[in-house]
Amino acid sequence: MAQHQVDYTKDGGLPIALTSVDKLINWGRSNSLWPLTYGLACCGIELMASGASRYDFDRFGTIFRASPRQAEVLIVAGTLTKKHAEFIRRLYDQMTEPKWVISMGSCANTGGMFNTYATVQGVDRVIPVDLYLPGCAPRPETLQYAVMMLQQKIRRESANKAQKKKRLL
Amino acid sequence: MRRYSPKDNVQKKPYYTDRYYVAPQVPKLDVESDEEFASDLAAIESKFTVSESYIQLDQLVVYIDIADNLGVLELLRDERAYTQLSELSAIDWLAKDGKFEIFYQLLSMSRRKRIRIKAYIDEAQPVKSVQSLWRSADWSEREMYDMFGIKLINHPFPKRILMPDDWEGFPLRKSYPLQGDEAASWYEVDKIFGKEHRETIGAELRDCAKVDRYDTERFSRLGFEVPKGADISGGEKRKKVQYQEDGGVFLIDRFDEEKTVIIRDKDR
Repeated sequence: MAQHQVDYTKDGGLPIALTSVDKLINWGRSNSLWPLTYGLACCGIELMASGASRYDFDRFGTIFRASPRQAEVLIVAGTLTKKHAEFIRRLYDQMTEPKWVISMGSCANTGGMFNTYATVQGVDRVIPVDLYLPGCAPRPETLQYAVMMLQQKIRRESANKAQKKKRLL
Repeated sequence: MRRYSPKDNVQKKPYYTDRYYVAPQVPKLDVESDEEFASDLAAIESKFTVSESYIQLDQLVVYIDIADNLGVLELLRDERAYTQLSELSAIDWLAKDGKFEIFYQLLSMSRRKRIRIKAYIDEAQPVKSVQSLWRSADWSEREMYDMFGIKLINHPFPKRILMPDDWEGFPLRKSYPLQGDEAASWYEVDKIFGKEHRETIGAELRDCAKVDRYDTERFSRLGFEVPKGADISGGEKRKKVQYQEDGGVFLIDRFDEEKTVIIRDKDR
């Protein structure tokens, strides 16, 4: 106990911060989203542009990782072919919990203009998706907005309980 | 190469005028009109049977018997200096006469000539591989197998090249539907989850602009919100538009629809 009277609400005189564990953990999680380097098609170019110096994802603590075991966000940037579907599932399964998925662009959302035999009609047929990002291709600002929306979503979740399983099956 | 037609007077004289215009066939010239091609053809005809031959767009086209394909191509490569195989594939004429047309497009860099060797095969008839003459034929023939299902003899690695190994059907055949057959439409579900989960995931939604008024799982109507999955076939009640959570937000007034005024005077 302090010997003298301390007014904790006075500016600059705040020796402690009161928060909940949930908020603290979610603050950490939402500000260190590490996505997997996963450009499948032309959206991958926008993904790279977002990571590069002009749009600078590092400001958000969003650092691209080359291994699914170090990543927690899967940004599906581009057309998912049926041949590749099993590999995206494998990469998703290899990511450590908690994990989130952003489906970037028309092709990843619905198959887009590739209404053909060889394209998966939406990645949500294969992996659970948290955020759908429209556009063909979405500009880096849109992807930044999506990451900010995902941050909001993460902050709303409870951190101390086991995450609800996001599985298709 | 497609023949160039001048398009600088296009605005004065549009080249699409007749809606039902049928493009004329590219003229086929007699092989005798070109000396070099005539000697090429004579070299082929001295050893093999030729069913048809003509010059089209400065390229010699020769129809041979498919059994002679290796011999003809070897002769053209070694004796007539056609050193490059630019392209090799097939054309599906199954609906018309039950045959595939195989073509080999050759280029002679030294003589600046192009020649196309063609042959007809039946649907299930295997073809001798020419990858012993040109390494480039290796992948082209694999693609031909992948897309048309044409089997190859003496190919070192006769495997699909573009589609997955367990794919069913041959996509470039005219009979193959563009959006895939039954096996194709469930391919990723069958492979990842298993056939028993087809119902859980559901069929592919091919019309991505589709809006279902009564589907409350995927769609909602502004002002008519209902819980997810609710049955609204009997109609749903209109709700007040609410832009704020029930608790309200500090210092921000709550939107009250009753107090709003709709301004009809567009000049105001």
